[in-house]
Amino acid sequence: MTKTPLQFQHNGRDVAIFVDGGTNLLVALRELIGDMTPKFGCGQGGCGTCSVLIDGELHLSCLTLAETVAGRSVETLDGIKDGPNLHPLQRAFADNFAAQCGYCTPGMLMAAKALLDRNPQPSRAEVVEAISGNICRCTGYEPIINAVLAAASGGRARA
Amino acid sequence: MPVTVKTFTSTNEAAAALSDRSARYLGGGTLVMRALNEGDISISTVVRASDQAMTRIDASGSRITLGAGVTFARILAERDLGFLHGPARSIGGPAVRNMGTVGGNLFAPVPYGDFTVAMLALDAIVSVQGGLGGREIGIEEFLQSRDRQAGTLVLAISFAKPGSADAFRYRKIARIKPKGGAVITLAAHLPVNGSRIVGARVALGSMAPTPIRARAAERALEGRSLDTSTINAAAAAAVEGTSPGDNGLASAWYRREIVGVHLRRLLSGQE
Repeated sequence: MTKTPLQFQHNGRDVAIFVDGGTNLLVALRELIGDMTPKFGCGQGGCGTCSVLIDGELHLSCLTLAETVAGRSVETLDGIKDGPNLHPLQRAFADNFAAQCGYCTPGMLMAAKALLDRNPQPSRAEVVEAISGNICRCTGYEPIINAVLAAASGGRARA
Repeated sequence: MPVTVKTFTSTNEAAAALSDRSARYLGGGTLVMRALNEGDISISTVVRASDQAMTRIDASGSRITLGAGVTFARILAERDLGFLHGPARSIGGPAVRNMGTVGGNLFAPVPYGDFTVAMLALDAIVSVQGGLGGREIGIEEFLQSRDRQAGTLVLAISFAKPGSADAFRYRKIARIKPKGGAVITLAAHLPVNGSRIVGARVALGSMAPTPIRARAAERALEGRSLDTSTINAAAAAAVEGTSPGDNGLASAWYRREIVGVHLRRLLSGQE
């Protein structure tokens, strides 16, 4: 079966790859581009660890047909830090012990980034809602919620 | 296994491509990509359509039309569709709502398809494109034959806007909040003439293989005012005609036990 050429922006950089028909974006990112930050969890849309931003909007890369991102911008966890400096969300996750096994962390961070990009001072309820599509089996969620609130606008989050 | 992806600008051509029984239409991806990830070898072709009409929302008049490709996130962004924010918000997390579509939800199996329960209560009409042209089907008839829809493409869904905020009610019972598959889902449309209900519609999700109408409950409501005795009669009749199944969220027995309880709460306006 012939492969399809695909071009898109990956963390601000133009990339061009060839994909098999039906390839999902997660496989394209991990196996064809080498960005291992989005993880494979359930493959069903239930866990959220494959979350990425497509044109700034939170999507599940495992349920995204790779061909549908042609010409669009895809942002992964690999692209959120500034050189050697961690993104404020990453720093807050480290400071607040928001990662234990770490498998959910890439998806949690992207879901939190999607929230803070449009709402820099979310309430606790808005943080809970924003990460509601992401499953963590280690932390009990509280440290994650606290980390997102701490990262929000220098910690001036609403109650 | 690789599949062939066919993208069409015309919905006519896309519908024709769907006459191949191994072809599936890809909307938001939450059903078809999941099936591909699980190795569903019955799918050999994925069909897409880029017609802008499929993502259009017309909510300006008394009759509302939602293109099949409209996502739940877009419904949540529409002030005119406030009465549908509850059903839209009850689906998935933010990522699923950015991807999942109104058209795809018509095909979502139990314990999903909550938005379709709301559409059933609103007596929606489903517009489809088939080999013989376009046609409109009542949502109840559509749901009864949804697994035999080869060669048709859902274009849009339309319904009359409820006359008042109180006329449309929705409730989803889930074990995990704010996100989770449904134990059961209920929606009711109760238009009132004077003080009497005229044209009652009660729809249930996860109480049968597809969303169904609770006709006995509707009969108990029809022509009556929404008082305690009417609510009790409707609640007692809610289970009639249902055929729920067992799954990891609840047993069929449990679903039968609670459907009347939650219909009573829905009709009483209880949280």
